Amino acid sequence: MAVTGFILVGFVIVHMLGNLKVYQGEEKFNAYAVGLREIGSPAVGHEQFLWLMRLVLLTATGLHIVAAVQLTQMSHAARPVSYVQKKVIQATYASRTMRWGGVIITLFVVYHILHLTFGAVGFPPGQYRHLSVYRNVVTGFSLWYVSAFYIAAMVALGLHMYHGVWSMFQTLGLSDENTGRLYRSLAIVSSFVVVVGNISVPAGVLVGLVK
Amino acid sequence: MKLTLRVWRQKNANARGRFVTYEAKNITPDMSFLEMLDVVNEELIGRGEEPIAFEHDCREGICGSCGFMIDGVAHGPKRASTVCQLHMRSFRDGDSLTIEPWRAKAFPVIKDLIVDRSAFDRIIQAGGFISVPTGSAPDANAILVPKENAELAFDAAACIGCGACVAACPNASAMLFTAAKVSHLHLLPQGQPERYDRARNIVATMDKEEFGGCTNIGECEAVCPKEIRLHFIALMNRDLIRASVRDWKVGRRAAGM
Repeated sequence: MAVTGFILVGFVIVHMLGNLKVYQGEEKFNAYAVGLREIGSPAVGHEQFLWLMRLVLLTATGLHIVAAVQLTQMSHAARPVSYVQKKVIQATYASRTMRWGGVIITLFVVYHILHLTFGAVGFPPGQYRHLSVYRNVVTGFSLWYVSAFYIAAMVALGLHMYHGVWSMFQTLGLSDENTGRLYRSLAIVSSFVVVVGNISVPAGVLVGLVK
Repeated sequence: MKLTLRVWRQKNANARGRFVTYEAKNITPDMSFLEMLDVVNEELIGRGEEPIAFEHDCREGICGSCGFMIDGVAHGPKRASTVCQLHMRSFRDGDSLTIEPWRAKAFPVIKDLIVDRSAFDRIIQAGGFISVPTGSAPDANAILVPKENAELAFDAAACIGCGACVAACPNASAMLFTAAKVSHLHLLPQGQPERYDRARNIVATMDKEEFGGCTNIGECEAVCPKEIRLHFIALMNRDLIRASVRDWKVGRRAAGM
């Protein structure tokens, strides 16, 4: 969970920083999207690096989900008779919603790829143009319910990251009595920055900041 | 005081259990929770009924024998306390309480509120010890221990193995207990020679005993009567990772690489 989670958190942070390029205007944002496909050029060919990254991410996501399913099955097997009454004392909302949060994020990722990568959903016919990413973002997010879904999914991602990032340091054995608080802060800051950065794009389109 | 208790009654390991409601009368606020149950049991015995079975020994909060769920909290509402050190002044007259045994596959119910915690014993047998030739006591201060490590080791060693961590964990994981036992020895010089074997063996045994996996939720820490901290789990994870790296290196060396 921790190792694959680390890869995914790294991706999410870089992706969020890429999203912020939308504020540099249409030209630069489109050039960024084209540039992603040419990373490593001319040593590596067109889209080769991008596909390598996609493969790494897909593998990490797959293993992350497999580990989550195994942990869930272990938990259910470890307590066949549940409590009639059970109180939560100090567990955070985020830590208790990791499993459903993960399901929501998976569904969101599928929608997001079908939406802004393929233009298969959320666009009127003929409105999606491959690599005109700026136009696609503006058109795509003009539908308020699409933006609302993105914003809701980002809140879920933020909660998942808040527990995940801290938990990662705990699982990898890096946390101790002195650094525990530092890693908690790191989890708060990283999830907050990712959520605010990402939400700003659909919100920016809705309020007319990005047009 | 007068209370209404909803208690889990189960004849034996194979019987089906159910909740039975009892009235606890003539209770004073300075009774411990177990003394309150003693009063209820006296009355049950007087009526010719089977008393409520619960485990207990020292009644000083140091042996780890007692423990059950009171209104969904392991060891009841008072922090850093076992049920024997929980007093009736923590409750109000007329309260209605639900009393349930620890629930985990690894802790099967033996009778009423008593569960079989021998899975913990097997974890200890796998690594909760150091191997030293016995003989006369070593000289005091012959082995120096940094003050900070001594304090941390003592914090971990305070674990009484009551099982509240497993009971409170949504995954029924035994990581806090196991980590406390590992950390206590790993922080001291005497624990070093078997350090990595211990981490590996003890965790393997814990998994074999069908406890759940840790998801770092922290409910264990909240109910621990000895306030064992969650960072001991990270300490054990660190040794577990180091143990795997060492195994890998030893394997490579053996293969002549």
